[in-house]
Amino acid sequence: MPHPTLSPRQYLILALVALCAPLGDTCLSRGMTAMPSIGLAHPLALVAAVFTPWIGAGIALLIGFFSSYLTALSWADLTFVLPATAFGNVIVALLARFWLKEPISLERWAGIVLITLGVSFVAQGPSRTEQPVPATEPAPSQESAKVRAR
Amino acid sequence: MTYHFTGAQPGLWSAVAMIAAVVLASTAGEVLTAAAMKSIGDLDEIRAHSGLGGAVRAVLTCPLFFLGVFFLALAFFALLLALNHLDLSLVAPASASLTLVTNAIAGKIFLKENVDRRRWAAAVLVCVGVYLLAH
Repeated sequence: MPHPTLSPRQYLILALVALCAPLGDTCLSRGMTAMPSIGLAHPLALVAAVFTPWIGAGIALLIGFFSSYLTALSWADLTFVLPATAFGNVIVALLARFWLKEPISLERWAGIVLITLGVSFVAQGPSRTEQPVPATEPAPSQESAKVRAR
Repeated sequence: MTYHFTGAQPGLWSAVAMIAAVVLASTAGEVLTAAAMKSIGDLDEIRAHSGLGGAVRAVLTCPLFFLGVFFLALAFFALLLALNHLDLSLVAPASASLTLVTNAIAGKIFLKENVDRRRWAAAVLVCVGVYLLAH
């Protein structure tokens, strides 16, 4: 199987995708758990939540995530980009361990190992499926999936 | 399973419904935006040719993109609602790991992506890993 050749810039974009998503989600969680309970009867309260500081910071990070995510999707498959997002959880867990000195349980270490394995599986394969140009052609076989070298 | 006691405790089925709403809306949104970005082409190349404005214009003139964003916005508010009633340690791993698997299925069916054994294995490994990590 040939190797995908992603440029350093493309790795940087994947790293931004991985980092901004979990950090943004954490901000959202902090903001929403601090708010009083919101029912379906008051959907406007969800809109008002957007203007609180933690939710605002979370949204700013998620905008950074979204623009780098869109860029990544323009040159790679969805099923290639998504595990990269999940790898961000590993980065955040490691930051929590070595920077915030939070303890990591055995289960979490197992999770870190599994995600890393999964991401390395995907990273070894091609980043993009080459589509046959006419829509009437049969679905591409594994052999026809070529690497989009850059 | 732990709940956040900010108000009335939601039952099992409302918890399932809230997480299912996040998973379904984000899968639809991600597949639609991925289809939009595939139809637009390499954004880095577009930017090299016609600048950042050209790249932004290429994205903003694609109707599929807005349909995708609509579903992603739905998923976002479904997530806010779920986080308001349930713990992050339940919502995040459940929705993230389920979305990975539904996306692999949807990517194969709708985007005709070559989801080979390597990608299936990765989806399952990452799915279990995210669950263990955030549980």
